[in-house]
Amino acid sequence: MSENVDKYIKRNVYKSTSSAIAQKFVDAGLEKLRACINCGTCTGSCPSGRRTAIRTRSVLRRALIGDESVLEDIDIWLCSTCYTCYERCPRDIPVTDMIIKLRNIAVEEGHILDNHFVLANKIFYETGHGVPANGEANQKWRDLRVSYGLPPLPPTVHTHPEAVKECQELMKSVGFRDLMDNVEKIKEKEKAEAEKAEAEKNKVEEK
Amino acid sequence: MSEENKWKYAFFLGCVAPNRYPMIETSIRAVFDHLGAEILELEGASCCPAPGVFRAFHIPTWLVIAARNITIAEELGVDIITGCNGCYGTLRDAWFELEHEPELKKMVNEHLAKVGREYKGLIEPKHIVQVFYQDMGLDYLRGFVKHKFKDLKVAVHYGCHIIKPSDKRPWGGESEDPTFLDELVEITGAKSINYEDKLQCCGAGGAVRTAVKEVAADFSREKLENIRDVGADIIIDCCPFCHLQLDLGQMEANTYYKDMIGEPYKIPVIYITQLLGLAFGIDPNLLGLIKNHDLKGVPPFIPIEPFLEKVKSQLT
Repeated sequence: MSENVDKYIKRNVYKSTSSAIAQKFVDAGLEKLRACINCGTCTGSCPSGRRTAIRTRSVLRRALIGDESVLEDIDIWLCSTCYTCYERCPRDIPVTDMIIKLRNIAVEEGHILDNHFVLANKIFYETGHGVPANGEANQKWRDLRVSYGLPPLPPTVHTHPEAVKECQELMKSVGFRDLMDNVEKIKEKEKAEAEKAEAEKNKVEEK
Repeated sequence: MSEENKWKYAFFLGCVAPNRYPMIETSIRAVFDHLGAEILELEGASCCPAPGVFRAFHIPTWLVIAARNITIAEELGVDIITGCNGCYGTLRDAWFELEHEPELKKMVNEHLAKVGREYKGLIEPKHIVQVFYQDMGLDYLRGFVKHKFKDLKVAVHYGCHIIKPSDKRPWGGESEDPTFLDELVEITGAKSINYEDKLQCCGAGGAVRTAVKEVAADFSREKLENIRDVGADIIIDCCPFCHLQLDLGQMEANTYYKDMIGEPYKIPVIYITQLLGLAFGIDPNLLGLIKNHDLKGVPPFIPIEPFLEKVKSQLT
């Protein structure tokens, strides 16, 4: 047999687009992804892809064929959600919403950057603001407000402790607290495993 | 809407304006007051929650917390307004979904019931620019212009979520060539000048700034280069997060990309109500344009004095 058959023909090809990720898209009402003709308008329109490695078409293709490594890729977090791909898709696929859903699936699996995790798990959950002005570290922001004739804190959750509790109750009810706790467990486990691997590597090197 | 409720709005503050750029909050309040519109406070409102981060972490949480914020305005019986594209994106998209998908509304209300709330669907989330352009109309605003700027070249930055997704926005499906913000700017006599890739994103949104600041700064670098190329005096925006990215991010671009940009960028970034307010003859102190403190490490990071200097003689 020609060796070229092995080299060029007998590759590992994906035959199915019925992956677990694809099913999650369908469950979320995003089955439109299957209408993708891989034209690349999304990639060509993407202001992030001009400077980073994100290739929107590739991200969606990988998601569709069940290449789960896409979930661990930082690329999906470098989309600025500008919605240009969403507007220009000739198949009317809500591309940006797909990326947002993909991030949801990634977070479920524990793939979330540390900065994002702290923002969600600590800052947002504890204060109700994504960018807070309360607490000792934020004194200068309160002073800045006062210098422009405003009260030190806005009439938001910042001046309504009961509203913070209410938000937390809602976040528990809708599953956000459990999600974050689960992510924390996954992250701790990964950290422990990485430390163990590092220690073993050092041991081998010492020998 | 009855005459009594004419131009009465619940003011959704969000996070960046009140907690980092209070000059934006103060200028919105001053301009609304000047135009005879009444602002009600949304007591106990939270983060919208931010569409690029919290929506990207858990869509149901995003929807439930957004719905909670809308219910506070429903209790006041007036439309909810925001001066932030991100908050607008969240409130408007959440509202759109809740209005069109009964199953989602049912799910959301099951959670809200536990804290004694219900999303009813009585009001509409609006951007303040939408209020100026559609509720009040440019003719009404023109009647307030006391000072017309001469020779002021403005680079208008729309930002993304005030326009897109266009099927959930009030601009007739236009997403590639909007003009409403340029028209608003030009009632002041300033000239909105075109520049390459004008609708390009600032780079901050979608959790990018939190993920990798250098990537966000590179978006801004490209934008600033295009703006400097056409000789704009100032940038006008209508979103506190874009504002932060174009102001603080301008400093970051100057640092990270020193070797690429030649001269550091120093283009003043002015929020739309600060410009409108000046043209209306409102005291610059009330528009957050005059620094009245000696705090360090606070905005504006790019000095706005060259702008004030340029228009000073036109304000008398």
